[in-house]
Amino acid sequence: MKRSLFANIVLAFSLAFLYVPIILVVVYGFIPNGISMSFFDSKGEFIGFTAKWYRLIFTGDYSVKSLMQSFWLSLTIAGLATLISCVLGTTSALALHRFRGRLQSIHHALVYTPLIMPDILIGISLLMLFVAASVDCGFWTILIAHVTFCVSYVVMTVLARLQDFDDRITEAAYDLGAGPWYAFFHVELPILMPGIIAGGLLAFTLSIDDVVITSFVNGAGTNTFPTYVSSMTKHSRNLPTVFALSTLMLIFTCVLVGLSKLISGKQTPIKKGK
Amino acid sequence: MDTWRELVDPDYPAIVWNTLRISFEITVWCILLALPCAYAIARMPQRWRAIIAGSIMLPFWTSFVVRVFAWKTMLHPEGWLQSCYFVFLRVRAWLFDWLPGFLQDFFVWLGFAGSGPIDPASSTILDSEAAVVLVSVYSFLPFAIMPIYTAAEKFDFSLLEAARDLGARSFYAFRKIFIPGIRQGVVSAILMVFIPAIGSYVIPQMLGGTNCVLIGNKIFMRAIQNRNIPHASALATLMAVSVLVPIAIAMWWKKRQDAIGRKRLEEQTARTMVGRV
Repeated sequence: MKRSLFANIVLAFSLAFLYVPIILVVVYGFIPNGISMSFFDSKGEFIGFTAKWYRLIFTGDYSVKSLMQSFWLSLTIAGLATLISCVLGTTSALALHRFRGRLQSIHHALVYTPLIMPDILIGISLLMLFVAASVDCGFWTILIAHVTFCVSYVVMTVLARLQDFDDRITEAAYDLGAGPWYAFFHVELPILMPGIIAGGLLAFTLSIDDVVITSFVNGAGTNTFPTYVSSMTKHSRNLPTVFALSTLMLIFTCVLVGLSKLISGKQTPIKKGK
Repeated sequence: MDTWRELVDPDYPAIVWNTLRISFEITVWCILLALPCAYAIARMPQRWRAIIAGSIMLPFWTSFVVRVFAWKTMLHPEGWLQSCYFVFLRVRAWLFDWLPGFLQDFFVWLGFAGSGPIDPASSTILDSEAAVVLVSVYSFLPFAIMPIYTAAEKFDFSLLEAARDLGARSFYAFRKIFIPGIRQGVVSAILMVFIPAIGSYVIPQMLGGTNCVLIGNKIFMRAIQNRNIPHASALATLMAVSVLVPIAIAMWWKKRQDAIGRKRLEEQTARTMVGRV
């Protein structure tokens, strides 16, 4: 059977549907009037594009100071949460892979729950935990919350990688006189690295994008980029800066992903010995 | 227990029902769009598949809030989408008038907006249920396409050709051969859309206004604005139940499917054994 015309039309429509807002984000970054969000003045005449929002970002103008602060806070939290959840997630995945038993099936269920539960439930339960422990909400509570849900994603990606892992390699290392630490750092870790990096990237994107959980545990005055933007949408004249900043982030991620594709494409994959 | 008694007050059942109904609508739209998309991608040459599948995930590299906000600007009362919405409302009212009376009553009872005259002032697309459904479909569509596509990639398309050779029309073959062949993917796509849709909070918050308050918004309102944690946690329990029910059904279904598959396999092996003897 040849390709279906109808299916291809639906696909083209869906792609357009998915890309219209992205194109608008880029276009809105050049909008001249930040209050009415339009390219036209009150008489309906076209005013043209402006680069002033980009200038505001690069000169670190006072009017966008808190936006930039929230942006750096987001980057810090996402970076730290990724690091911590990579370490915790890898150890947890190793434990799940190596040991079987009732304790481990509880462990597996615990790790799996954040993947299927809606964000808002994780948010409210963490908030209740912090209230019960009478902790002041702020930077640390956000970090803890982010680590909580990032760990699950890292565990799942590392576990997927561990499924193809040949345990005989570790045994061979032991036979050749390696201690457990040496075997882990020089044999297992390099093999698991691609899984850990993939999980870490996933954790980073989820953490930097999270708004629901953060808005429960951020307390007063500590805003990450997404929560700041959502509070900004109600009253602000600097909205195009948000779009300009998002465009820059989009270009940055595209370049990063392109580079990583280029590097991984050039590397010859290690052949699995039989 | 007092908290639970308060929950029975007239507001809450309506909100829970609205949440379930809207999540259901979102899921149906996502699956309807995702099925042909996944089919089209899976039939492409290998090179193109990777590119298209990648470009479906690419929108995720922009912040979710920023994308929702771009939608909010697009749905502005003076924008072109508003005019599309009027056309949509007219068509819907027209279709509604065609339905027999008991179906009309049924839809009204379910909570879908009825027919009636269209008032341009009050029917803005922003702050309406339609906006929430539209943008939710937009944000969950990739989650629906991806599992169906992974299932469709493994599907043996020569089965469809065989069905055609045996005289099946292409849509019949699609429905009877393709969809059962990828049902595992469809089930996970439904879960991937339905569960976050029940828990969604940002989209109704930013686009639904006061016309579309879901459980998520209520929980946030109670927890952050009113600081009424018991109330919020009771609502959260309700939400958890409504999430766990579909998961339990899906798991039960999968177990049954596996059991049926195993039984069929046993029967087949038994038959071949008998044949060989």
